[in-house]
Amino acid sequence: MALPATRPTGAFPSGAAGAALSTDQLLEIYYYLRLTRTLEERLVALYRQTKVIGGLFRSLGQEGESVASAYALERGRNKDILSPLIRNLGSMLVMGAQPIEILRQYMAKADSPTRGRELNVHFNDLEKGYLGQISHLGDMIPVMAGIALSFKMRGQPRVGLVYIGDGGTSTGTFHEGLNLAAVQRLPMVVVGEYNHWAYSTPPEKQFAVKDLADKAKGYGIPAVTVDGNDVFAVYEATKFALDRARRGKGVHFIEVKTYRRKGHAEHDDQHYVPKDVLDLWSKSNDPMDRYTQRILAADLVEQKELKEIDDRVRVAVDQATDACVNEPLPAAESALPDVYVDPPAAEKLWFKAL
Amino acid sequence: MAEVTFLEALRQGLWEEMERDERVFILGEDVGLYGGAFKVTDGFAKKFGESRVIDTPISEAAIVGAAAGAAHMGLRPVAEMQFIDFISCAYDMLTNYVATARYRAGLATPMVVRGPCGGYVRGGPFHSQNPEAAFLHTPGLKIVYPATVRDAKGLIKSSIRDDDPVLYLEHKWLYRRIKEQLPEGEEILTPIGQARIAREGKHLSIITYGATLWKSLEAAAQLEQQDGVSVEVLDLRTLLPLDDAAIVSTVKKTNKVLIVHEDTRTGGIAGEIAARINEQAFEWLDGPIMRVTAHDVPLPYAPTLEDFVLPQTDDIVRAARWLSKY
Repeated sequence: MALPATRPTGAFPSGAAGAALSTDQLLEIYYYLRLTRTLEERLVALYRQTKVIGGLFRSLGQEGESVASAYALERGRNKDILSPLIRNLGSMLVMGAQPIEILRQYMAKADSPTRGRELNVHFNDLEKGYLGQISHLGDMIPVMAGIALSFKMRGQPRVGLVYIGDGGTSTGTFHEGLNLAAVQRLPMVVVGEYNHWAYSTPPEKQFAVKDLADKAKGYGIPAVTVDGNDVFAVYEATKFALDRARRGKGVHFIEVKTYRRKGHAEHDDQHYVPKDVLDLWSKSNDPMDRYTQRILAADLVEQKELKEIDDRVRVAVDQATDACVNEPLPAAESALPDVYVDPPAAEKLWFKAL
Repeated sequence: MAEVTFLEALRQGLWEEMERDERVFILGEDVGLYGGAFKVTDGFAKKFGESRVIDTPISEAAIVGAAAGAAHMGLRPVAEMQFIDFISCAYDMLTNYVATARYRAGLATPMVVRGPCGGYVRGGPFHSQNPEAAFLHTPGLKIVYPATVRDAKGLIKSSIRDDDPVLYLEHKWLYRRIKEQLPEGEEILTPIGQARIAREGKHLSIITYGATLWKSLEAAAQLEQQDGVSVEVLDLRTLLPLDDAAIVSTVKKTNKVLIVHEDTRTGGIAGEIAARINEQAFEWLDGPIMRVTAHDVPLPYAPTLEDFVLPQTDDIVRAARWLSKY
């Protein structure tokens, strides 16, 4: 089976790919790709040891577009904000989420960012610039439109970036939010991840257009389709869209064609995915392999430097795991506070005192 | 003092908060230059600019979602539903996203969703609804439902200043029907979570809110005059969180309770109130807790049908009379 066609990326200046990135930046991108993959592999091990409480969602094959799109943002206190999906662990790490936070979240630890209230990567740090999703796909599009609206109202040169999966573009909130953002010319970039599977449903059962970009164009939003497993292409497309949004030109949609190489979650054996297709993506279109080969072939970095990063990441993930794996779960009654600011805690029910 | 309508009081409250706090802004359908379907925001776009009074597409989910995003960033949005019936289109956003935000993720979401609700206006099934019960079941939301001119103003101001998301329900039958003298230059803030005794009484309590407060007060006057029955009327004002102390207090005083609401019976708020009285004041009851509500049908259009389906003053009188003799 052929790989998906990638359109010429004519909507932004192509130039020499990666020319704008310094060696340090190239290595940093490699670091985040490696960190994403190693951290997920560690989570798989913890899942098999039943230390992960809920489901485990992999981003294998999608690390490239996650890391590259987030890396194009202006990061730091009161800069750009992104809202990741379940397969954008890499984006969150780029924005400054710490491996120990991810590990604690999956293991529902008392000291996890949500103190055991929410799962996996559903957490946020607006100062660092990420807003966790809720499970209702599409809902983050209007929410990010509101964040972008606040940037516009305050005249801040900030942009909001929000991800949506191919299946997620079937939701009403996706369309309502995209349309509102378009009408208001909000500084927002939407990354549409065409990873070919919405749980077990393929694109042809999800929509009748060929590309997600066609949907965005229906709202008067410029849209481009890029090879989602080409880190440089995604980075450049995102950079272009962000600059444009920052200049007050409104929403931009980037469709990244990629492939989900694991099941919906760890429990799903993805028997519905043809094995030869998986092999093809794994062997000849892995975003990390492609990135590594490219930066090595162009003599932009040395193999030794990549090996050092691999080692550094392994040690960091080991240390983070050791630091939290035996931490306690939250105390039962900590379930009651924080539903409201006022009243500060929900009432403990009478039968608990019998 | 100036005599103002319910609608004017609401308008004043919004206006004052827009003037006081530049973080406050309004978004909704036709709220800008047109001034809103009921003219609640008439003149706002001219005074505050279209960047703070934003006309949106017909997209209730996006209106509420965008309000939430802006609220996370420190703004204080007031989202208008043109008719509250359309809030069902934003049900997911409000219940799953907005209401859970603080608890699950520590996110501040200070925002108000408001809109005209209620019947008695021949609006038919989709311009007459009372959606409060659908949201009562949502930890994280607050629900206020003013019945008086003073509270229309006092509760919108308190809702805007509240750090939690608030659903503000305004009964369109009251918009121009009731008037009250409001002091000028005085800050009117009705505390959220506090009911108010609208009429003191000894023999029986009516617990109600919204338009049926006025029908209950009419009924109470008739019962006093015709039967010598002294009826206390409690105006809840806030439905979430319920003012348990005020409810229990009136039950202990009169020992008989009639709960009146315009919403349909099954799954309505009266059931929750009855359960709380049962739990907290069972020994004080001298009769069954009874309900006067709408019938369990979608609200029909024809006057004969609507008048039959919705609770009327006569219905309350008959029910209270029956209960007082129990």
